[in-house]
Amino acid sequence: MAQLEITRAAVRRPHGRRRKSCPFSGPNAPKIDYKDVKLLTRFTSERGKIVPSRISAVSAKKQRELSRAIKRARYLALMPYAIV
Amino acid sequence: MRLYETVLIIRQDVSATQAENLTNDMVGIIENGGGSIKKREYWGLRSLAYRIKKNRKGHYILLNLEADSATLNEFERLMRLNEDILRFLTVALDEVEEGPSIMMQARPERGERGDRGDRGDRSDRRSTSDRRPAAEPAAEAAAEADSAADAKAEEKEEA
Repeated sequence: MAQLEITRAAVRRPHGRRRKSCPFSGPNAPKIDYKDVKLLTRFTSERGKIVPSRISAVSAKKQRELSRAIKRARYLALMPYAIV
Repeated sequence: MRLYETVLIIRQDVSATQAENLTNDMVGIIENGGGSIKKREYWGLRSLAYRIKKNRKGHYILLNLEADSATLNEFERLMRLNEDILRFLTVALDEVEEGPSIMMQARPERGERGDRGDRGDRSDRRSTSDRRPAAEPAAEAAAEADSAADAKAEEKEEA
């Protein structure tokens, strides 16, 4: 237990990173909706790809919801499939 | 009977009034089948993110409806046959959202909307130096949270 904490501290300190928290959990988190293009584009790359959750810090459950919403928005031509 | 949300895209060559008539026809199909319309929105002539059947723009219509599966199937079949309808998406809902959808809240003036979008992007850029969410995961996470809050506040102000 003690050892675990030491190693975790050792891993975390050098980079000085804050703990990630999911942007879709918490009291005033935005609702994921395929119609909300402005929100969804924040979770796509410049080329229109969905940003992996390890980078955007979205929880697994919300990432599934998010990717579904993005795919729906793409189907309706609200968002591009790819930006060339 | 279930609740559904349908978004349909009508060809750009069709005028707004024709699009309206077409929507009325579609609504008629639902109502004849014993269903009802809970919400109806016209998002206007929006530009498509990519070309669909050579069209670069389309009239977007959102319908929230209550219908049984047989009616919905007929509704979808007729939409598929109609050449003026480029595309449609039907999603099952648990409940009808109160008030106008996000599209209607943020849209009215095309120019104004564009400006606001840019502003949102800029706040992202300030913290990440790059528009693309990448590089520093932790910083990005913080930026996401911050800009989410910003966006919320901004929308409040606008309203």
